[in-house]
Amino acid sequence: MTEQSQRTRSIVRAAITLTAAALLYELLARSGYFAQALLPTLPTIARTLFTMIADGTMIEHAGFTMYRVLFGFGLAIAVGIPLGILMARFQRVENFFLPLVSALMPIPSFSLVPLFMLWFGIGNLTTILIVFYAATFPMVFNTWSGVRSVNPLWLRAAGAMGADEQRLFWKVIIPGASPFIITGMRQAFLRAWIAVVGAEMIAASDWGLGWVIFDAKEFLNADIMLASLLVIGAIGYAFERLVFGSIERATVQRWGMVRMAKG
Amino acid sequence: MQDAVSTVIAVEHRPERRPGGDRLRLIGRNLFPFVVVAVMWEAVAWAEVFPRRLFPRLEDVAVTFAQLTVSGILPHHAIETVIRLLSGFALAAVIGVTIGVLMGRSRRAEDIFLPLVSICAPIPGLAYAPLFLLWFGLGNVSAVLLVGFVSAFPVLFNSWTGVKAVKEIWLRSAQAMGADDRRLFSHVILPGALPYILTGLRLGLAQAWRILVAVEMLAAVPWGLGWLIFGAREFLNTDAMLAGIAVIAVIGVALEKFVFQKIENYTVVRWGMITS
Repeated sequence: MTEQSQRTRSIVRAAITLTAAALLYELLARSGYFAQALLPTLPTIARTLFTMIADGTMIEHAGFTMYRVLFGFGLAIAVGIPLGILMARFQRVENFFLPLVSALMPIPSFSLVPLFMLWFGIGNLTTILIVFYAATFPMVFNTWSGVRSVNPLWLRAAGAMGADEQRLFWKVIIPGASPFIITGMRQAFLRAWIAVVGAEMIAASDWGLGWVIFDAKEFLNADIMLASLLVIGAIGYAFERLVFGSIERATVQRWGMVRMAKG
Repeated sequence: MQDAVSTVIAVEHRPERRPGGDRLRLIGRNLFPFVVVAVMWEAVAWAEVFPRRLFPRLEDVAVTFAQLTVSGILPHHAIETVIRLLSGFALAAVIGVTIGVLMGRSRRAEDIFLPLVSICAPIPGLAYAPLFLLWFGLGNVSAVLLVGFVSAFPVLFNSWTGVKAVKEIWLRSAQAMGADDRRLFSHVILPGALPYILTGLRLGLAQAWRILVAVEMLAAVPWGLGWLIFGAREFLNTDAMLAGIAVIAVIGVALEKFVFQKIENYTVVRWGMITS
């Protein structure tokens, strides 16, 4: 009962905060202290968002951004997971790649954007490569520590029960490392999502949510900027909650691994 | 301190505990991959697969690097960037820890701030950049504010979780022994939440560092490594760009190795909250 009332009170308070914040914003926007172009009212933003979705431009921008982010992210997974596993299983591979990965990881992906623009021109290729660069390192690192942290007892038990290398790999190591790998995918996607917006802004092409925002700045269209911000936030949130949430439920939670991951 | 440093190395490279010649071998082993990459780079550069302007030889990069360093241009850029990073991060640390601790301690603050924070946090920081540029103009103010705003979120989330994760039994036993609110805060809650807060600060600084370079490109600040790289593109000075990227990498590694691992060793590891 108290838990229930506690919860309703939280929801009411959250609603009050959001309304208050919206009202405050609306008051500021209508007060005339700031130019309309810089601080559009909420109905204007809603109308802009609605028309952009209705005539399909927003959907096209979002589609281009998704294409780039998923392509780069897919590449990062395809390279990061095998590399991470190899590094964890073979000392020689680790000796070679670990110093490289540690040196490259702290370089922010954006600092490479101008260089990639010179090498690969403006457009999809540069953006995809930047996303790839940003997403690979968390993938490699998490896979590596995941495989290394597989309980040695399990390996020996499986070995004693006569599992060969291949079965050991698929039945013990991969499931054992999966909580880390999924955490890595989460982090990698988050980085990829940030990188794609930044890369689209700097290496401007014609389409993409980052480009819309940057382009709208030139024309002082703050309503378009805020509308695109909302779309970017919504897509990022949806991916985090829906996609990775359901992957986690389908794999590690079903295998009963999550308690280990949270340790 | 000697001890702490050697544990860090031991955790990272797992060397056998034998001094002397093994140290050299360790260094050699860590350098080897870079030598391989450098040789590959040189081979591609000498083969002139790409125009030399776009794919300079390493000695060109080294010469440019030396020239820019001696003339003081590169250090000036680097110092401006670090100052901007530190001021933005200080802003984030103060705001993030304050709001996070408040949210952890009071239900009311949590209800008020959580909806706002959870709406603003999932939007990538750079997406705010044009908005900040419109509102606060080009230049330093926008850059520092944006870096502060973006890196405040991880600090805030971690401080919040940390304060909530302080064991109830510690609080109650401290209260039973007559600790007042202030002592409770400074002697129980703060040390208890510190591992989380430090993790948050670490994540926040990494975030600030990643965003800052891009912000410098967009905000047209007069000095700064991001600007150096972006400006060099206009003149096809690939060697200057690579020199700038090298400095960025060095600062990034230094932040991680010399700032955060030290702080962690002096505080939470010494108090036995985590083992390193």
